[in-house]
Amino acid sequence: MAFKHLIRFLPLTAVLVAPVAMAQVSEFSLANGMQVIVKEDHRAPVVVSQVWYKVGSSYEPDGLTGISHALEHMMFKGTESVGPGEFSRTISALGGDENAFTSRDYTAYFEMLASEHLEKALELEADRMRNLLLDPVEFAKEIEVVKEERRLRTEDKPSGKVYEQFSAVAWRASTYRNPVIGWMTDLDNMTNDDLVAWYRRWYAPNNATLVVVGDVDPGQVRSLAERYFAGIATSEIPALKPVAEPAQSGETRVEVRVPARQPYLMLGYKAPIIGTAAEPWEPYALYVLANVLDGGNSARLSRDLVRGDAIAASAGAEYGPYSRLPGMFLLDGTPTDGHTTAELEQALRAQVERLRAELIDEGELKRIVTQAVASKVYEADSLFAQAMEIGMLETIGLDWRLLKTEIDAIKAVTPEQVRSVAERYLTDDNLTVATLAPLPMDGAARVPRSAAAGVRHDS
Amino acid sequence: MTAERNVTRVMLRRLFVLAGVLCASLAQAGPKVESWVTGSGAKVMYVHAPDLPMVDVRIVFDAGSARDGDLPGLARFTSAMLSEGAGDWDADALAERLESRGIELGSSSLRDMAWVSVRSLVEPEVLNVALDTAATVLAKPRFDDVAVERVRQQMQIGLRRSLQSPGTVAQRRFFSTLYADHPYAHSPDGDETSLAAISRADLQDYHRRYYVAANAVIAIVGDVNRDAAEQIAARVTGGLAVGNHAPALPAVPAVSGGELREHFPSSQTHIYVGQTGMSRHDPDYYPLYVGNHVLGGGGLVSTLGEEVRNKRGLSYSVYSYFSPMRVDGPFLMVAQTKNDQANAALKVMRDTLRRFVDEGPDEQELADAKQNLIGGFPLRIASNSKIVEYLAMMGFYDYPLDHLDTLPQKIADVTVEQVRDAFRRRIGNGSAIAVIVGGDGKGSS
Repeated sequence: MAFKHLIRFLPLTAVLVAPVAMAQVSEFSLANGMQVIVKEDHRAPVVVSQVWYKVGSSYEPDGLTGISHALEHMMFKGTESVGPGEFSRTISALGGDENAFTSRDYTAYFEMLASEHLEKALELEADRMRNLLLDPVEFAKEIEVVKEERRLRTEDKPSGKVYEQFSAVAWRASTYRNPVIGWMTDLDNMTNDDLVAWYRRWYAPNNATLVVVGDVDPGQVRSLAERYFAGIATSEIPALKPVAEPAQSGETRVEVRVPARQPYLMLGYKAPIIGTAAEPWEPYALYVLANVLDGGNSARLSRDLVRGDAIAASAGAEYGPYSRLPGMFLLDGTPTDGHTTAELEQALRAQVERLRAELIDEGELKRIVTQAVASKVYEADSLFAQAMEIGMLETIGLDWRLLKTEIDAIKAVTPEQVRSVAERYLTDDNLTVATLAPLPMDGAARVPRSAAAGVRHDS
Repeated sequence: MTAERNVTRVMLRRLFVLAGVLCASLAQAGPKVESWVTGSGAKVMYVHAPDLPMVDVRIVFDAGSARDGDLPGLARFTSAMLSEGAGDWDADALAERLESRGIELGSSSLRDMAWVSVRSLVEPEVLNVALDTAATVLAKPRFDDVAVERVRQQMQIGLRRSLQSPGTVAQRRFFSTLYADHPYAHSPDGDETSLAAISRADLQDYHRRYYVAANAVIAIVGDVNRDAAEQIAARVTGGLAVGNHAPALPAVPAVSGGELREHFPSSQTHIYVGQTGMSRHDPDYYPLYVGNHVLGGGGLVSTLGEEVRNKRGLSYSVYSYFSPMRVDGPFLMVAQTKNDQANAALKVMRDTLRRFVDEGPDEQELADAKQNLIGGFPLRIASNSKIVEYLAMMGFYDYPLDHLDTLPQKIADVTVEQVRDAFRRRIGNGSAIAVIVGGDGKGSS
């Protein structure tokens, strides 16, 4: 159960969601270019409202990493007519929950509340789309909060550090190399004026999508959206310069030595996504491949590495077909006592080699399709997940209607196609490996890595 | 995978804490809850939710770590073994059986409860397999030697990974200091010594004793009618012995303040300040619960959020909560900040609490908190997965069936004076302890 962890907004392996019978979805745009998508779900008298902006860490230039996220924090610090913290207090007093999240490709703000109060949420969101104050005194305090957040999520968290280092070396040109929260130096040197410029540049109706899911009437949402957002003038949104990640032509490795108690390993193969793949079926074949390895306890990593050879205490695979820039097919794991990260790496690479050499079983394929179909039904239990998938797809430049065809696309994947994407993308030259080599927690002298590894070999 | 892909403005807190804070709209009744007892003595809580062709079943036992005895981690170890082989199926066969049909089965445990959750489509061939498998998992786990050793090591490694976090270390110290020799003192994760010592026979004994019908509550939510729900409850518990309910837990010991500091190779210091809080049926439950919502339960819209984060930028995640349990669970204030300002943050937290105890909330603050709790009720029960958790909690702690209907009025009835009085008696008694873990442990430059 995930009770001990932060709630994540994106499913990991299964990035594929949508109810079986697609509920009623309405879509329209305002004259100023703002997209509005409404999905009706009348099971309970509640609504989720999300405003998505096409801006995130992958939009950020060097020196300003983390600015999208810092601005997200400041969006709660007041406008000309709404005081600092008043946004949150207002939603709270209506019985609502609100928050926001920033990722590589998007920044999104949401409210969950009784559907009768949707109007207030839209009024407040429209206000801060254009009228944010960005007070330097508030900024000076809030940037310290953001640094504390970075310390909590990355500086003091070995797995967070590994992921940050992994991304930083895996990508040469792609802005996915930078952490969403930003490098500490950039946070130290960020100014309120930087945020003002960033806000003016990206926060506009023609760079936003409003997604409303719940017990609402689309006509009513439309008139509310018109009332509050239509008056906001269009901005000229600058085109991003294209980013092309150069082809990788050899394995990349990074070792992270920090105080820790357990070694850890992460592998990533650069992989295409929907929109950039050479063939439209490739992302779905990669999805199937990820689930052959890690689609539950019956999948290969659990069966062969956690149970069979007992070389991994845990092992996972992850691939997301939806992102703005080309992505990564990830593998990770923690070795069991008596095994090294080197041995676990070999075992994971052997699993990949097997996918290049052999066709997957029809039974595996059938299991994955069945799970995908069931998970569509299960996902329909969550309003938030339904809104999330629509907003994410629209914001990265895809069409939410892709959700309707996902299951058919997965069903159409053949074992030959799975082998084909393994041969094409899961290659040694295309691989990045990061290992966590623990240093003593008590601050004692650093143990040379070879010696430490040797000890584990012998035990 | 452990990587952070999204960064949120506010850390979302542990759900089990929130499970204690359900609340209802005055104007709006909760879902219709039905309850009965199976032939073998298990209590059933059921809500009909016909909109989606799926069902959630949650089987809860009074078998959390409070029942570990002198083997910390035994409850969680037992829970983890359930899906590692049962009846005729080893772990491979069990996983294949479930996943090839899209069935989800999980198990976990906390201090009070242990549970197994099943989520399935309602088409008969699938649901039948889900129920038969769940029944076997509950009644006939195999505890194969090889699986025992595998899970032992997974738990040991999981424990070590968790001890890489100063927050986890601080929380463990907090509980062990506050609860001394009470069964709530140790972490459900156990410790190295105990995890090494637990034997197959210990696991089997624990299962035989606590995974019994008289110690079980079954919550069912989904597209199944009452007759079908009765069959589901009977089937999943069909193999369980009747057994006995777990005995009452001892009262928690009194603790009289103190401070514990510990160094840790971290850039932040984690602060846990708190004391004995309340039980599920505490006479001060509502004043303490609603009062805490003002103090630190309402995220950034709370006094602690305002003082520590909004005004001073000291911490990203700051909050307070009561964790109401079978016997008195803790009251806690939590924050984390860079090492050299830990003492400053600790002082703000203590001053904020002292002022809250002395003065209580003002009328407006209390009214806003009540509005949030009462107005937010529809959200708390907006999905099957949320409802099934509430049903399990209500059944486990013996709440009346109309709990969700009466709750809003109980929240609305809380007065400023009641909050002030309850906080003075229960929190303002000088018994708070502080655990400070991080850096050199000194908390200042």
